[in-house]
Amino acid sequence: MKLLVCISKTPDTTAKIAFNGDNTKLETAGITFIMNPYDEWYALVKAIEIQEKWGGSVSVLHVGPSENDSIIRKALAIGATDAYRIDTEAVSADQVAFQMASFIQQHAFDIIFTGKETIDYNGAEVGGRMAAQLNFPFISFASHLEMVAENQAIVKRDMEGGTETIQVNTPFVVSAAKGMAEQRIPNMKGIMTAKSKPLNVVTPQEYSPKINIVSHELPPAKKAVQYIDPENMAELARLLREEAKVI
Amino acid sequence: MVLVFVETENGKVRKAALEAVYYGYLTAQKLGTSCQALLLGNAEDATSIGLYGATLVHQNDSISFNFFDNQIYSAAIAQAAKKLEASVVILSHSSNGKSLIGNIAYLLDAGSVSAAIDIPETDKGFSVRKGVYSSKALVNIEINTPVRVVSVLGNSLQIRVVGANTEVQSISLDVLQPGIKVLSVDKLQSNVTPLPEAERVVSGGRGLKGPENWGIVEELADVLHATTACSRPVSDADWRPHHEHVGQTGIAIRPNLYIAIGISGAIQHLAGVNNSKTIVVINKDPEAPFFKSANYGVVGDLFEVVPKLTAAIKNLNA
Ligand SMILES: Cc1cc2nc3c(=O)[nH]c(=O)nc-3n(C[C@H](O)[C@H](O)[C@H](O)COP(=O)(O)OP(=O)(O)OC[C@H]3O[C@@H](n4cnc5c(N)ncnc54)[C@H](O)[C@@H]3O)c2cc1C
Repeated sequence: MKLLVCISKTPDTTAKIAFNGDNTKLETAGITFIMNPYDEWYALVKAIEIQEKWGGSVSVLHVGPSENDSIIRKALAIGATDAYRIDTEAVSADQVAFQMASFIQQHAFDIIFTGKETIDYNGAEVGGRMAAQLNFPFISFASHLEMVAENQAIVKRDMEGGTETIQVNTPFVVSAAKGMAEQRIPNMKGIMTAKSKPLNVVTPQEYSPKINIVSHELPPAKKAVQYIDPENMAELARLLREEAKVI
Repeated sequence: MVLVFVETENGKVRKAALEAVYYGYLTAQKLGTSCQALLLGNAEDATSIGLYGATLVHQNDSISFNFFDNQIYSAAIAQAAKKLEASVVILSHSSNGKSLIGNIAYLLDAGSVSAAIDIPETDKGFSVRKGVYSSKALVNIEINTPVRVVSVLGNSLQIRVVGANTEVQSISLDVLQPGIKVLSVDKLQSNVTPLPEAERVVSGGRGLKGPENWGIVEELADVLHATTACSRPVSDADWRPHHEHVGQTGIAIRPNLYIAIGISGAIQHLAGVNNSKTIVVINKDPEAPFFKSANYGVVGDLFEVVPKLTAAIKNLNA
């Protein structure tokens, strides 16, 4: 089976966010970048689990410049077979999805995995855009995926207050949420072999993004907390009704 | 024209869909055009969509819409948008809305912004504001295509009645063949408002010590008509179901009231809840970082404080 995992680079979850001069770009000084947690913990590990059971290969695909190679190497260290990097700055969900889907159109993959969203732009748009361009089914927020045949999977999908169980034939696009797999930490052997695994550089297609960033802002500072005597919950109840007007 | 896709559940229009309609109405007002709605399947209260600003409801009740197949839905919505010449398509940022937005936008050759929290700025171009970096910042994004697709984050605006019951008109669409098969739909409790739509949320952390202690959380949630949530270690340990996990790697919510019980307030937790309008923190550790983000803080033992708060609210309601 040929599996593909799309990986994205995001600031570490504890990163302190600030923007440069005209507020259009993230101030990257002092920020550690990581592989988007959903891509790493769930999408990538699930793909590796399937490959371990059914054979085939797990490729990772990333849109970004060469300075992001460390993230790709980590995916290879965790267990991916090979990697492709589309050599252009990632600027918008539509551009990233277009570049990746155009690459996928030239290769035959059975399952295309993404994380359920990135933790920077929290868009959740890339999977759907790729699926539309490829004309493949798209199953979002999968918390469970089991191959029942070489070409068929049963997928559980999270939705408000419940889950849906879906049967789908390959090829399809799936976005991975918590529950899909357990995070794997790369071991020494993985890190060593990652260095010699193929990382192919792909030339991007011509494309003009459909959105542009006007400006960023930091949220307004919060007022200081008002402490309530733990013996006086009637006062808290009153404040919630009369001052905050939320109950 | 602004076209709003209205989601239904159990044969009724969802609250998130009414928010999307009202958002569509306000957007249409700004653009000097009308707001219309698209209903796929059936809803007994369809005419009430008009109350929140849609002047017309287009309905297609093909049985293919009985189950959620992303391809079928997105193709139908894109087709309706083209047929009705919509310049803006609005969705709810629900689990289905999130699945659809990329797909629909691609089919309409449109730029898109998901999880919008404000009405678009239309004085110069068309730009939409949303939270980024897990609510640590906000961004204004300009969409530079003639057709735009926007999904609206739940609880981002207070809906108001601005119109009257409206006509429901049938629209003919070529409906695709299914590409997937939905085997089952398991809903946990249909009487509880789902987390992303909840106006009040009571959330428990590791301070509760174990799943057997969740009774006090549920009782408080009960008197408040609130939905329950939890921190990540709690769902990791299977004390609570995964879909209750809020935070950076869980669901991001913005209820009017968020009560955090025995949760320390780690940055990754705050990322999912910091946009709540009012935050109450109950923690025995006065140094817990969550107090910095709280509106009201109670330093005390949750096992004593929470039942007292429940009783006080019962009293207030009596
Ligand atoms: C990449 C990454 C992503 C993450 N994503 C998320 C996420 O999405 N959501 C999330 O929640 N976490 C997330 N985390 C984990 C996060 O860092 C914290 O570990 C977690 O939020 C802590 O959960 P907690 O507050 O329930 O537990 P703890 O940090 O253990 O806090 C328990 C609190 O309960 C209080 N307490 C104990 N007993 C009592 C009592 N009797 N009365 C009153 N108070 C009491 C304690 O004082 C303490 O403050 C993530 C971490 C990483 C590294």
